[in-house]
Amino acid sequence: MNPVVAAAVADAHRTEWGRVLAAAARLTGDLDAAEECAQDAYADALASWTEHGVPDRPGAWLITVARRRAMDIIRRRDTLRGKLPLLAGHDDVGGGPGTAGEDEAFPDDRLRLIFTCCHPTLAPDARVALTLRLLCGLTTAEVASAFLTSEPTMAARITRAKKKIAAARIPYRVPGPGELPERLAAVLDVVHLVFTTGHTAPAGPALQRRDLAERALDLARMLRLLLPDQPAVAGLLALILLTDARRHARTDPAGRLLRLAEQDRARWDPGEISEGLALAREALRRRPYTRYPLMAAIAATHATAPAPGAPDWAQILALYDQLIAIWPSPIVALNRAIAVGEAHGPAAGLAALDTLAAEPQLAGYHYLPAARAEYLRRLDRHEEARLAYDEALLLAGNSTERQFLATRRAQLPHAT
Amino acid sequence: MAEYMVFIWDDEQAWEHADPGTVEQTMAAHRAFMTRHAAALRGGNRLHPSGVSTSIRHTVDGGVAVSDGAFAETKEVIGGYYLIEAADLDEALRIAADVPAPFGGVELRPVLPAS
Repeated sequence: MNPVVAAAVADAHRTEWGRVLAAAARLTGDLDAAEECAQDAYADALASWTEHGVPDRPGAWLITVARRRAMDIIRRRDTLRGKLPLLAGHDDVGGGPGTAGEDEAFPDDRLRLIFTCCHPTLAPDARVALTLRLLCGLTTAEVASAFLTSEPTMAARITRAKKKIAAARIPYRVPGPGELPERLAAVLDVVHLVFTTGHTAPAGPALQRRDLAERALDLARMLRLLLPDQPAVAGLLALILLTDARRHARTDPAGRLLRLAEQDRARWDPGEISEGLALAREALRRRPYTRYPLMAAIAATHATAPAPGAPDWAQILALYDQLIAIWPSPIVALNRAIAVGEAHGPAAGLAALDTLAAEPQLAGYHYLPAARAEYLRRLDRHEEARLAYDEALLLAGNSTERQFLATRRAQLPHAT
Repeated sequence: MAEYMVFIWDDEQAWEHADPGTVEQTMAAHRAFMTRHAAALRGGNRLHPSGVSTSIRHTVDGGVAVSDGAFAETKEVIGGYYLIEAADLDEALRIAADVPAPFGGVELRPVLPAS
């Protein structure tokens, strides 16, 4: 196989898969058929590009071939037309906002596709699975491994979700302005979840799953391109960039986890930091603030700390207070409690953490005992700190995090 | 266009103990709902309480077993339904979300068209 062509096809798979599938879905009105068209187009590309060279615009080439396949499928289907349920709204002309792309022959239908995949009537785990599979082109096996599920379970989940889209007529359409904020929030939550899963893998030997983090970044950039006026989108992209910028600095050469204060800031990605800061500023221009712009503001405060590990904690705490008022989740409360400890001392932080002890959503979440252990250590309550590290170690699934916790525990002075 | 069933699931105990004012209010809310969505409505009714239901199951030996009561013993039971027509799930959701259901909620289920 020609390595140049193979690389070009792989690259186009990563950057264009969602567009190719979305364009086919508009014609076929059926996600399974659209997947087939996209797969055929990539298979053709491998053969054709080897013979004729890689085209100038691989995306347009792939979309053209996929649409041709889609037309074949429609013709075949028309001859044996049953009562096949088709995607509602798939043949609407125009796609609302985001169909721009003046230099492209075909409108970009990825927004329709992602709003369909992240429809609120689908189960949250199905939204994530469909997005990774249909927008990003991950295989069912890859989606299953990302979420620690078996392949048959994930396949069943995807099949069931697709069946619901067709049978219940979840529309293939960008929601109108009235519904957009709420529907967009569901889309952004999916992208954020993919990112956090990639940024710190819930289990396994590696701290990060770069494949997932990069897919999330691609999705956030796509949303930014197609919905340039939404502060929530700018906020999420800013949050991802400012967090992802630290990817090379998060571990030392031996692969050990480094806390923010210990990280070499020269290893932060300066391009992602400055892009993230500009987006965060833009996202915060419009009020009332929503979830992601506020989270971006917190990340920006960390990124612009005057000294390593010494950000303006009073400002971070004030931002968490605003965030928890609009997004009262136990995870936000946990992060806010840590900000309390950094702003007002370990005793205040510990007290704030202890109010969350009975929170059922945090049971089994290792960051709570890990944060308690840290404040107990600073208060010289070493025995209690040791127990808290033990509890965190029981719950943490990521090896790099486990090693970090074990090291911190071992560094505690022993009782004399 | 497609048809959807809107099942109204509610707590019968709560209905039984509701004061007449609440019951009248709910009925008025249903009349208002039916007026607002007359164009989409294809049918709908309130049902008698599940206590007067009869459940019928076919047995393995080809017979029929009849028993008094609802099919499954649950706190919330189907108390009524609407059959609606909508272009897609978003439109059906808007209508279903408008159905008065002070003692429970509604379930929206697409009708499988007879081929």
